[in-house]
Amino acid sequence: MSKKTTENEGKSGTAKAAGPTFSKPTEPADIFTEEAAATTVPRTSNTVNSKANGVHSEEDLFTEATVELSLDSPRSSRKNEETSKPSASSSSSSLSAPARQAKPPPAALEELEDEEEAELEDKFDVLVSVKDPEKVGDGMNAYMAYKVSTETTLPMFRNKLFTVRRRFSDFLGLYEKLSEKHGPNGLIVPPPPEKSILGMTKVKVGKEDSSSADFVERRRGALERYLQRVVNHPLLLQDPDVREFLEKDELPRAVSTQTLSGAGFLKMINKATDAVSKMTIKMNESDAWFEEKLQEVESADQHFRKLHALVESLVVHRKELSLNTANFAKSAAMLGSAEDNTALSRALSQLAEVEDKIEQLHQDQAAYDTFSFAELIADYIRLLGAVRGSFDHRIKAWQRWQDAQAMLQKKRETEAKLLWANKPDKLQQAKDEIVEWEARVTQFERDFERVSATVRKEVLRFEVRCETLKIFKYQPAQYVFSIFVYFSPQLIKYWEAFLPEAKAIA
Amino acid sequence: MSSFDENNKERLRSVSVDLNNDASLLIDIPDALCERDKVKFTVHTKTTLSSFQKPEFSVPRQHEDFIWLHDTLVETEDYAGLIIPPAPPKPDFESPREKMHKLGEGEATMTKEEYTKMKQELEAEYLAVFKKTVQVHEVFLQRLSSHPVLSKDRNFQIFLEYDQDLSVRRKNAKEMFGGFFKNMVKSADEVLIAGVKEVDDFFEQEKTFLLDYFSKIKEATAKAEKMTRSHKNIADDYIRLSATLNSLSAEESTNYYIIKFCLKLFQNFLRVCLKKVEGRVASDEELKLTELLRYYMRDIQAAKDLLYRRARALADYENSNKALDKARLKGKDVSQAEEHQKRCLQKFDTLSESGKKELTNFKARRVVAFRKNLVEMAELEVKHAKNNMTLLQGCIELLSGN
Repeated sequence: MSKKTTENEGKSGTAKAAGPTFSKPTEPADIFTEEAAATTVPRTSNTVNSKANGVHSEEDLFTEATVELSLDSPRSSRKNEETSKPSASSSSSSLSAPARQAKPPPAALEELEDEEEAELEDKFDVLVSVKDPEKVGDGMNAYMAYKVSTETTLPMFRNKLFTVRRRFSDFLGLYEKLSEKHGPNGLIVPPPPEKSILGMTKVKVGKEDSSSADFVERRRGALERYLQRVVNHPLLLQDPDVREFLEKDELPRAVSTQTLSGAGFLKMINKATDAVSKMTIKMNESDAWFEEKLQEVESADQHFRKLHALVESLVVHRKELSLNTANFAKSAAMLGSAEDNTALSRALSQLAEVEDKIEQLHQDQAAYDTFSFAELIADYIRLLGAVRGSFDHRIKAWQRWQDAQAMLQKKRETEAKLLWANKPDKLQQAKDEIVEWEARVTQFERDFERVSATVRKEVLRFEVRCETLKIFKYQPAQYVFSIFVYFSPQLIKYWEAFLPEAKAIA
Repeated sequence: MSSFDENNKERLRSVSVDLNNDASLLIDIPDALCERDKVKFTVHTKTTLSSFQKPEFSVPRQHEDFIWLHDTLVETEDYAGLIIPPAPPKPDFESPREKMHKLGEGEATMTKEEYTKMKQELEAEYLAVFKKTVQVHEVFLQRLSSHPVLSKDRNFQIFLEYDQDLSVRRKNAKEMFGGFFKNMVKSADEVLIAGVKEVDDFFEQEKTFLLDYFSKIKEATAKAEKMTRSHKNIADDYIRLSATLNSLSAEESTNYYIIKFCLKLFQNFLRVCLKKVEGRVASDEELKLTELLRYYMRDIQAAKDLLYRRARALADYENSNKALDKARLKGKDVSQAEEHQKRCLQKFDTLSESGKKELTNFKARRVVAFRKNLVEMAELEVKHAKNNMTLLQGCIELLSGN
C-alpha cells in the first residue's frame, strides 16, 4: 500500500482529499483526461477507506470500487510510458490486499455460491488500451485505425505486452461473434458503441474541427471501455475469438456488421424489448425476481436516457458559454482601447484577458463533462440494453421449452389416436417420436434453468461490479473533486489577479 | 432567495455613484406592485426644500410617467446644454414569461418535483427582473435629484408630488410635442454630429471619442448579455439534472441501493453547491457587468444627444451668420438678422459652456462607476469561487468518509 502511495504522489501533486491546500497539478491536462482523474480519486478514497474497512458492507463495495477504478482507466501509463510496467504490477499487487477485504452486499451474497464468490474477487490480469487513432486512406473509403494494446500476466497469451491495429468494424465483428455464441446462454455480452454515419463522414471528408476530434475521442474511449469489459468477464476472456482479436496481427475484415449500424442496433434492442414485454405477459413468471429485475432495468433505462440528454445539453451550453465568453473578451479589449482614461483602459484590457482565460476553463470543463460524464452515462444505457437482451434470451429459452412441451403433447395425442385407430406400424414411429420429444423437453427445461441461473448470476455481477459503481460512486466524487482541485482555484487565481488592476482605476 | 437584500441593493446603486447623498432631496422606490404587465412604482420623497408642500410623501407612478418626465426634460430648451439622464427601459418580463410558457408546455413530461423546482426558479427570475426594473427607475430619479439644475425642474416636482394620476398630463404633453423631437432626431444625429465643422478642440475630441466609444460599448453590452444568458442556461441545466437524479434515486429499486446512496449525494451536491453558486454567479455577473455596460451605453447616447443639440445650435448659428450677410447685402431687416445672430451665438455659447462641464463630469462619473463595479465584480467572483470550494469540501468529505 505504501509503495503505491509514494509512487502516485510522485506522479502528481495532489494527495489527501480533506486538506484545504492543493498544489497545482503539473500539467493541467492531467485532470481532464480520465486517466489522471482516476489516479487522484482512488488515492483519496483509499486513504480514508483503509481505516474503515470491514465494518459496513457499503464501504467494502467502495473499496472494491476503488480497486476496480485504479485498474480500469489509469492509462497514466500513456503519459509516462516508462512507468507503465511498474504501475501495472504495483496496481495488481496492491489489488490483492484490498480485494480480500471486499465483500459483496448481503443480498447478492446469499445468491452466490462459494466458487462464484471467488470469481467476483478475481484479479484483473489483463489490461487493455485503445489509443492513437489514425486515419487510413482517403475520401469515403477512409477509416480510423486504433492501436489496441494488451498488458497481461496470463500464460494463455503469447506475450506479456503486445499491440495490434484494429478498425471499428473489427470491434463490431467481435461483438457479433460473442453475442451469437454466448448471448443465448444468458450472458450479458458487453455492447460496443454504435456506428455513426454523420460522425464518420465528417472524419472521412477530412473536416479537421473540434467536433470531429470530439467524435473520435468519444469513440476511442468507448471502444476502450468496451474491450476492458469484455476481458474482465471470466468466461468471455476464455473465448478464442477474444484472444484472436487481441493478439492476431491481421484480422479478416468483418463484413456482416450491417445490422450493427446505429439505427440497426437500436432497432435490435427495441425489438428485443418489444418481444420481452409481449412475452412477459404470457410467460407466467414463476420467479418474481426476474419480473422485478426487468422492471428495474427498464425504469433505469428511461431515467438514464433522460439524464444523458440533460448532460448533453449541459455540454452544449457550456460550449456556448465558452464561445460567448471569448466574444465578450474581444469586445472588452476593443472597449479598453477606445477608453481614454489610461487606468480604466488598462483594467478593461486586463478584464478581457481574464475572460479569455476563463473561456479556456469553460472549454476544459465542457470536455470534461463530455468525456467523463456524458460518455459514461451512454455506456450505462448500452449496458442496460445488453441486460435486457439477456432477459430476452431467457424468454426465448422458455419459449423453446414450452414449444417442445406443446409438441410432446401433440405427439402423445397422436399416439393415443393411433392406439385407438389400431395402426401398429405408425404406432412405433409415434412412440419413437414421443421418446425423442421427451428428451427434448427435458433438455430444454434444463437449458432454461441453466440460462435462468446464468442470467441471474450475470445480473448480480452487473449490479455489484464496477460498471455500476464506477459511474455512480466514482463519477460524483471525481466531478466534485475536479472542480475543487482545478476549476475553482483557477477562477480564484484569475480574479484575484484582476482585483488590483480594478482598484488602480482613478 | 436572499440575494437581493439591502446589501445587494446598495451594490446595485453603484451603477451611478454619488447619488442620493444630499439630504435636501432624497428619493427612493421602496416598493412596487406587479399587475399583469403593468408595474406600479411607489415613489417616496423626503425633502427639506420649501418648494415642496410636505417634507415627506409618496405617490404611485407607472413606467409611462417616467418616460413623460424624461421627454419633457429633453424637450426643454433650457436644458439643451445638459446631459439628460437616460430614460429607464420598459420593464421586460419577456424572458421569465417565455420560461413560464415552456414550463406550462413541458408540465406533462416533468415529475412533480421537477415542476415545482422549475416553478420556484421561474419565480426567482421574475423577482430578479422586477428588482432590476425598480432599481433602474430609482437611479433615474436619483440622477435628477442630484443634478443642480434638473432637480429644480417644475415637471420633476410635479412628478414627485402630484397625488393624482399623471396620465392626463401625459396625454396633453404628447399633443404638444407629438414626439416631434424623437422622430426627427434619432436617425440623423450621427451624420450631423460628424458633419459639423468643429471650432473647439475639446468638443472635437469628445465627438470622436463618444462616437467610437458608443459603438464599442454597444458591442460589449450585447456580448455580455449573451454570456450571462449562457450562464443562466447552465444553471437551468443543473436544476433539471438534480431533479432527474432525485427522481432516479427515489425509485423503488432496493437492489440499486448503492445507486440511491450515491445519487442522493450527487443530487445534494448539485442542488446545494452548483445550483446556488452557478445561479448566483449568473445574476451577480449580470448585475455588475452587463447592467453597468447597458447603463453607460444609454448614458453615452444621452451625451451624444447633447453633442447633437450643440451641433444643431452651431448649425443654426452658422445659418444665422449667412442670413445676416444676406440681409446686409440686401440692406433689409439687418437689425432683425443681427438679433437673431446674437441669440444663436448666445445659445451656442451657453450650450458649449454647460456642455463642457457636463461632459467632464460625465467622464469622471463614468470612471468612478466602472471602478466600483469592476472591483465589486472581481470580489464577488472570488467570494463565490471560495464559497464553492467550501461547499465542495463538505461534499467530498461526505462522499469519501461514508
